[in-house]
Amino acid sequence: MKALRYLARNPVSLVGVLILLAFVLIAIFAPLLAPPQSFQLSPYDTPRAGFLATPMPPSRDAIFGTTQGQYDIFYGVVWGTRTAFKIGLGVVAISVLVGTIIGAVAAYYGGLIEEVLMRIVDVFMAVPFLIAAMVLTALLGKGIWPITIALTTFGWMSYARIVRSEILRIREMDYIHAARSYGASDLRLIVLHILPNAMFPVLVLATMATGSMVLSASALSFLGVGTEEGYADWGQFIAYSRNWIVGQPGNPFQFWYTLAFPGAAVFLFVLSWNLVGDALRDMLDPRHSH
Amino acid sequence: MLNYALRRLMMLPIVLFALSLMIFALQMSLSPTQRLAAYAPSPDYLKGGQESIRRMIEQYGLNDPFYIQYGRWIGGILTGNLGWSETARQPVSTALMSLFPATLELVVLAFIPCLLLAVFLGSRAGIYLNRWPDHVIRIFTILGWSFPVYVFGLLMLLIFYSALDWFPPGRLSQWAQTIVSSGDFVRYTGANTIDAILNGNWAVFIDSLRHLAAPVITLTYVNVASMTRVMRTSMLETLRQDYVRTARAKGLPRRVVELKHARRNALLPVATIAGMELAVMMGGVVITETIFDYAGLGQFAAKTAANLDFPAVLGFGLYFAVVLVVMNLIVDLIYPLLDPRVKTQ
Repeated sequence: MKALRYLARNPVSLVGVLILLAFVLIAIFAPLLAPPQSFQLSPYDTPRAGFLATPMPPSRDAIFGTTQGQYDIFYGVVWGTRTAFKIGLGVVAISVLVGTIIGAVAAYYGGLIEEVLMRIVDVFMAVPFLIAAMVLTALLGKGIWPITIALTTFGWMSYARIVRSEILRIREMDYIHAARSYGASDLRLIVLHILPNAMFPVLVLATMATGSMVLSASALSFLGVGTEEGYADWGQFIAYSRNWIVGQPGNPFQFWYTLAFPGAAVFLFVLSWNLVGDALRDMLDPRHSH
Repeated sequence: MLNYALRRLMMLPIVLFALSLMIFALQMSLSPTQRLAAYAPSPDYLKGGQESIRRMIEQYGLNDPFYIQYGRWIGGILTGNLGWSETARQPVSTALMSLFPATLELVVLAFIPCLLLAVFLGSRAGIYLNRWPDHVIRIFTILGWSFPVYVFGLLMLLIFYSALDWFPPGRLSQWAQTIVSSGDFVRYTGANTIDAILNGNWAVFIDSLRHLAAPVITLTYVNVASMTRVMRTSMLETLRQDYVRTARAKGLPRRVVELKHARRNALLPVATIAGMELAVMMGGVVITETIFDYAGLGQFAAKTAANLDFPAVLGFGLYFAVVLVVMNLIVDLIYPLLDPRVKTQ
């Protein structure tokens, strides 16, 4: 109820929720929107209309046109939505899990264990994120899993920091002292009383990170270490468009469609997650709701 | 305060050690034959068949236990030898040093308008809370924050290069490059704009600005969002303080209260964020430099990472960590100047 009332008062947030819903629907109904052909080994292999290098403008057969190598842009954008959800949600879910465990262990045990764990966090924080993710992806090979593993390996630290500091803060609150006084065990305190309240900031961070992780994943594809050739992945399609930025003389916007559609897809996807994250923060943190 | 800064600085060797261990471990996940490629002067050396490959693995000790190989490797680095970069075809330290001025030039030019714009927009948004300037600024920042750098950059290329031909990619035009590499042009700093001024060559100066414009616009737009948000939040926080109410109550003009009393104090959190942002940007603006074919540290790092050029990756990683720690240190040291309360604590 509170959420609905908030959305009614904040049309911008409402737009974010609606865009996100639209992407969910596109991802679910991808097989209907862009049915894979029978000869495709995987629905994520974008079908191509020939092997000509030069992109073709939107037509009846390919409503968004075809990009370099005649890959169908509409098909790539539709199935790329599934790729984006897989990577975004996958990376964030694993990162939250790893970060929460490490942050909770650090806060719970304290002392040397906390010191060592938080210094490990510091070291990972000092790593150039995108470059490190590129190296790991290049080592692991192409595909969704290498990307997910690489982005998770270098992206879990902020959750560990937040969880730890939230636990340290909440641990000293009255209701925890009360629970302890009638005999709740430490584990019970952490899992049932402290963690649920520590998860709100994590939720906000995770929502915002989902968008930015999809950005990073697309950036990996853009920089040439992401998915296989022709995989339905927005970053890869944007990478193709890079070769066709300059049109023929007198027609500078000749290949606009190669950038416009996949670019708009990434932009709207990230925008919707950011708007939803923003709304969540406003709702959960009364200090921000002015 | 100084104590705290020194403790942070003492962390640096630990961070660097752990980082080198991590990158070396990544490298060790390749087979000895694959790693051999990094030592072979040319691919022909690897064509000599199994026997010669085995001999070379033996020769370079690529089958030794982890700690022996790591020790040998780190020994070289401690003597200042960062190794040879296959991608750059020159020593890693030479490559990093020659590319650093290019990135610094780009980052500084983008950072200054970014900071000014963020302070201006953020304080406006705070003052006009929930009125139209606030809404416009909010939409502008959230759009900027969601705009993928590579899409925005490609859009810039499409408009300013393909359509208008104002801002070409690269660092210099061919003719300007010829002048700069000639013996008459003295490379004082390695930054094209400054060197052009010092040499009194205005044509080269204008040319380098034309090449810098598009990446600078891209970086500014993409980075201004987060700083503006911090400035807005901080401004709102400050405007609620008692001393602001007092200043208003004693009849000071609105503008004086908002811009002199409130905005100065609201700048404090922005300084922290700006320092961190600057540090990250100095660590190489990977995507922007790649899109605009701007030969700086970021583009170099991306190439080496894709090629698994480990000596260069490690060199870049060490550089990045040092920049991060030093920048944080500078912010820590500047902070008491901005906020005298910190010193007394």
